[in-house]
Amino acid sequence: MTEQTQVLTSAAAERGPLAMEAISVSKDFRIGRRQTLHAVRDVSFNLYRGAVVALVGESGSGKSTAARLLAGQERLTSGAIRLDGKPVEVTSRGDFRRYKSYVQLVFQDPFSSLNPVHTVRYHLQRPVKLHQGKAANVDAEVSALMEQVRLTPAKHFLAKYPHELSGGQRQRVSFARALAARPSVLLADEPVSMLDVSIRLEMLSLLDDLRQRFRLAMLYITHDIASARYFADEVLVMYAGEIVERGPAEEVTQQPAHPYTQLLVASAPDPDNLGSALRSRAHRTSAQDTTHRQGSQAPHKPESATTVGCPFSPRCPLADDRCHREDPALVQISATRGAACWRLDVAAPELVSGSPDDRRTTAN
Amino acid sequence: MSANPDHAPTFIAASPTAPGPGPNPVLEIQDLSVVYRTPGGDVRAVDKVNLDLAAGEVIGLAGESGSGKSTLVYGATRLLRAPALITSGSVRYSGRRMVQGADPADVLRMRPDELRRLRWREIAIVFQSAMNALNPVLSVRDQLLDVIHAHLRMPRDEARERAASLLDLVGIPRSRLRSYPHELSGGMRQRVMIAMALATEPEVVIMDEPTTALDVVVQRDILSQIVELKERLGFSILFITHDLSLLLELADRIAVMYAGQLLEIGTAEQIQHEPSHPYTRGLLNSFPSLHGPRRELAGIPGSPPDLRNPPPGCPFLPRCGYGTAACREVDMDLLPVTASKAPGHVTACPFVLPQTSVPGKSGTPESQPETGGELGT
Repeated sequence: MTEQTQVLTSAAAERGPLAMEAISVSKDFRIGRRQTLHAVRDVSFNLYRGAVVALVGESGSGKSTAARLLAGQERLTSGAIRLDGKPVEVTSRGDFRRYKSYVQLVFQDPFSSLNPVHTVRYHLQRPVKLHQGKAANVDAEVSALMEQVRLTPAKHFLAKYPHELSGGQRQRVSFARALAARPSVLLADEPVSMLDVSIRLEMLSLLDDLRQRFRLAMLYITHDIASARYFADEVLVMYAGEIVERGPAEEVTQQPAHPYTQLLVASAPDPDNLGSALRSRAHRTSAQDTTHRQGSQAPHKPESATTVGCPFSPRCPLADDRCHREDPALVQISATRGAACWRLDVAAPELVSGSPDDRRTTAN
Repeated sequence: MSANPDHAPTFIAASPTAPGPGPNPVLEIQDLSVVYRTPGGDVRAVDKVNLDLAAGEVIGLAGESGSGKSTLVYGATRLLRAPALITSGSVRYSGRRMVQGADPADVLRMRPDELRRLRWREIAIVFQSAMNALNPVLSVRDQLLDVIHAHLRMPRDEARERAASLLDLVGIPRSRLRSYPHELSGGMRQRVMIAMALATEPEVVIMDEPTTALDVVVQRDILSQIVELKERLGFSILFITHDLSLLLELADRIAVMYAGQLLEIGTAEQIQHEPSHPYTRGLLNSFPSLHGPRRELAGIPGSPPDLRNPPPGCPFLPRCGYGTAACREVDMDLLPVTASKAPGHVTACPFVLPQTSVPGKSGTPESQPETGGELGT
């Protein structure tokens, strides 16, 4: 598996120099006496300066755990993280603080990630003092941050408490707080999913602006694969702790190879598919629908606890015996694309046809 | 799961009225205004709104947070408490179970006992946050039985059977009757909420962002289940959401709400292909589409007006790309869109023709060149 992923070049690589590497990162949680939950399994990817990598998956797929591992908030069970080529060892509080000035995390919920008893000024002054030292001109720095996230006029907002701000404004404060450390890597965990649809776009374009301006290496975690198409360079699709598909954003969203990615894409609201999907369900018998119904009949929680077979096999319409027995490794489809599926020849024949497929023999 | 007809409970008869808009609306909201009394003055949360819902119809109510969409429906069902105050309007309900030939009942004038019969039995609501709306210390069965006993006369055995078949209806195994809310996944909780709303065969189901907290796969699953149930049981749906892309797929008609007023009403096709109000166009340009070619996304810069002293004329004027001086004197009546072939498409903007393109505003992530420092500083 490791060899496979190393051969694969990231679609984000051309944007800038390598900033952060996750190398076969795994995280297990013990639940109960005998059970282990493999929240993240053998996940590898790279983040590049000035590029956005999207991590897409449903609740419980392990994408937030992956972000916390990269942020140094959880210890790895196995694997390694490298920052600018140097292995990351976070063992003390001091280490953690130094690490945080390179890697910052923005949370999903701007309502609970800001302290309700502190003003905007306090939220921004603290990280500036902590990460930029006593020499910094704190007030000037705070106003500059507010301008960067377009919370203007800064004076108007500095004395406000979180409850006096709208959701979008709160999330801007979170962004500003993350930027106060002058990080090179920004991990954004569902940064817009709590916001109104009309505000989301503005926030994403703000993030994009910050990415360009500070050449941030960005990990964008989301369950909305459509926003990943517009915002990210590379998309990683995660299911039950594993990356099941990866590749350039446009390719993955337009021609999904893995059955799970296909399910995700089919599930996204689609106004261009007007009238054909939901409103006249009775007449619907398309292949997408079959995928969807199949998917929905299976248990909703990804079965992270089981280790046998492909994690998606209980929900997969194409699963055969082998899928239930063996977990597929990431198979390279092109120089920048890969998918972990035994049945790619059936799931995405147009993608693998022509390439020799000697990995499996047909079931019948 | 829900596709299995064997699981269909026999006690709920299919609707005698065919789905689709009929001549007689089930629910008719006229001129409804709601204010919130605050020390700083009245907040005009809902301002003279007219909307009707036909039998078997799905109406989508779209708007940003704070646009008054929830206040509108909670006002229409008399669920608001002080400081909210209904200052004008009428809400007429005429369901199948009402006396034939009689005048529709005005919800706003109902006595408490009449309201009690109306709520849930006639108009049921699926609330947004299923975790908060379910009682954490009662099992699913007890909560379903509560509803059934409160609104229907029914022997205990029958009620238990009904609770079980309600779970069948929404595709949850009967073994989950004994579960408590915390033992269910988010999607399952939302399904339980839907089952509870349907427990009394209501004619109108109001859904307040029922899928907002769920991820896309579960969301689609629940939405298709809602549509399927609607077609089988023949209720009408008033669906509230901030996600217009969802409504384009789901709703028969869409009403777009902004700053307490309806700005445009039309069928999903009209809203998508001939959006007439600039705000509707802004909303349509706000979400990234997954299918089809990559579109230029614009979003809507700015924020909604302060409803304590709303600006004169069109409330959208400060954010509107077409705004002119005449917009300050618009009286915001919903007028037919002249260029639209079909009737029923109305807009509050008298100036913009459906063909006009939206002037470019703030750029999209991709459309911005790699320059960076073009903003603020």
